Amino acid sequence: MLKLFKIGIRNLLRYKRRTLLTSSLIAVGVMFVLVFAATSGSFKYIMIGQITDSMLGHLQVHKRGYVASIDSLPLTLNLSAKQEEKVEKTIKEITEIEAFSPRIKFGGMFSNFMETTNIRVNGVYPDKDIATVPLLPSRIKQGEKTIKKGKILIPELLANGLKVKVGDTVVVIATNRDGSVNGKQFVVGGIIESVTGPGGRDGYMHIVDAMEVLRMEEMEISEVAVRLKDFGKLNAVNDKMDKLLSKELNKQGKPIFDVRTWERLSPFYNVARMIDIMTFFIKIMLIAIVLISIMNVMIMAVFERVREIGTIAALGTIPEKILSLFLIEGFSLGISGAAAGNILAIIIVFVMNVVKITFNFGRQTGMVLSPSLKVDDMIFISAIAIIASVIAALQPALKASRMEPVEALRHV
Amino acid sequence: MSLVSAENLTKIYNVGEIEIEALKSVSFNVQSASFVSFVGPSGSGKTTLLNLIGCLDKPTSGSLKVADVDTSALTRKEAAVFRGKNLGFIFQDFNLIPVLSVYENVEYPLLIVHNSPAEERKKRITSLLETVGMTDQRDKYPDQISGGQKQRVAIARALVTNPRLVLADEPTANLDSKTALMVIDIMRKMKEEFGVTFIFSTHDQRVVNEVEAVYTLQDGILVEDAVREGGTNA
Ligand SMILES: Nc1ncnc2c1ncn2[C@@H]1O[C@H](COP(=O)(O)OP(=O)(O)OP(=O)(O)O)[C@@H](O)[C@H]1O
Ligand SMILES: [Mg+2]
Repeated sequence: MLKLFKIGIRNLLRYKRRTLLTSSLIAVGVMFVLVFAATSGSFKYIMIGQITDSMLGHLQVHKRGYVASIDSLPLTLNLSAKQEEKVEKTIKEITEIEAFSPRIKFGGMFSNFMETTNIRVNGVYPDKDIATVPLLPSRIKQGEKTIKKGKILIPELLANGLKVKVGDTVVVIATNRDGSVNGKQFVVGGIIESVTGPGGRDGYMHIVDAMEVLRMEEMEISEVAVRLKDFGKLNAVNDKMDKLLSKELNKQGKPIFDVRTWERLSPFYNVARMIDIMTFFIKIMLIAIVLISIMNVMIMAVFERVREIGTIAALGTIPEKILSLFLIEGFSLGISGAAAGNILAIIIVFVMNVVKITFNFGRQTGMVLSPSLKVDDMIFISAIAIIASVIAALQPALKASRMEPVEALRHV
Repeated sequence: MSLVSAENLTKIYNVGEIEIEALKSVSFNVQSASFVSFVGPSGSGKTTLLNLIGCLDKPTSGSLKVADVDTSALTRKEAAVFRGKNLGFIFQDFNLIPVLSVYENVEYPLLIVHNSPAEERKKRITSLLETVGMTDQRDKYPDQISGGQKQRVAIARALVTNPRLVLADEPTANLDSKTALMVIDIMRKMKEEFGVTFIFSTHDQRVVNEVEAVYTLQDGILVEDAVREGGTNA
């Protein structure tokens, strides 16, 4: 085998320019896919991080039916205290969970005594929420970086629109579950930046204050956000939790709880999917480039060497060896292109990290793109390029191995 | 004992609608350790015949045995194995492998076809290069040596596997007189030293004068033969 490699590689070196051109094409293709995967991956993970760590959490538990009408934040679909207790008990059984945060969410009116607008309120336990969505404090642009009783964090949108400052007194009015209306005064404790998504009007207050506004006697919970120790175990934990909680049935025999990952809660998931689909198509393009360029040179190589093929066949080289000889050439082209592509990608990604490319996403500005090459990706994409090279060489190689020696020798 | 025995050997080429009968019922025997040549004008069927004997092509009809094997029954792969084991080839255009050095060209059949051990290869190649007088050129590549030198390398390559039969289709056609005679001389020495059978095709009188037996082909028919020694009429 090694001796066939020697001959194959020498044959490649015989047409230096052509070999160089083909393997550079493969190298550029491999490099492009790797850099794209690294960059889009970084972008995706920054985005997912932003979304899960500043608001959603990794997964959430609701009462079944709540998510379908999540826009109106229906109080009638809250989890009862008993149900919430069940959720907490389940969460504590799952060791992969780092933190969780029960929330009361409602829609209400927000007034500075002169103007009124609507607001979406998140009533939370400050410690639990910050543990679950650790980027929350960083979103508080003015005021104290926590949520105290009697205070409210209002979204930038409202602060600007109604010209409200930290320390001002405001009123939050909400329709309660039974249809009556209640209001409560708050002091603005801080102004919070929104995350991209349906968060433009989200304000925060202490969960006890929320209960008071809604005149709840017993705490009812709209959602429980959950943070995992390892984001990579998202689906596993989701399934585990779903399995444990789906045993709980209501009177109609239907499951009470609804467990979903961030993917099924945020429209950004579609963006993330798009990125994956684009990466996939770019990989297909790479395969096409490799196939076409290798097939092209190998067809040429076979055609140019017909007499040589006739000669080695006459000398007793069996068809399988002739086949391997040409496959080895395709393989070597693929492997050298892939290797060069990997090296180029490493250099480019390194440079990108040194230069620190920043980008803006929604209201988040100056986020640093930090692409990183994954070894899995490098192996996988190199394998694709090498396998495609061998496949592309197969047809010309078969043709060479099936040549009749007399005809090959007569060829001029 | 006959190394090659042909009986009513016929080869017809089909070119579109036209049938070209390149060999018409040819019969002959070639004994082991002989030095024979097929001669005849261009188009008389010399190459066709050598290709059949060399197991590179199959007869249309008739029987052909080489080393007691009915070669027309072999598959492509079996034929390759048979050639590798029993035959050596010398071509008019030398057909050295351009990416291999002189030494490596001679090594090729041992290395790729026979998988011989390194020590044995080295001994055999060194001695053959010595015999053909190419030892000091062993590291050169085919495009760095002359035609006569190439043919000497080709002779070494044809003999390196100790074949029973070497087929040489017009081996001197591209060589000048002096070189041609030297090449023929080397081949004869090989025959004497190793008992290898050589079958040539040629229309080179210089070669004809050197061989033991001459078969003359004309329009695919064996017309006369001048047997000196070794060859017999069938
Ligand atoms: N592959 C082929 N297809 C069709 N006809 C062929 C083929 N090979 C040879 N012929 C024909 O068969 C006849 C014998 O050809 P062959 O090559 O055996 O002659 P030759 O004696 O070797 O001639 P030369 O001295 O020119 O090499 C010629 O008429 C030739 O045109
Ligand atoms: Mg001829």
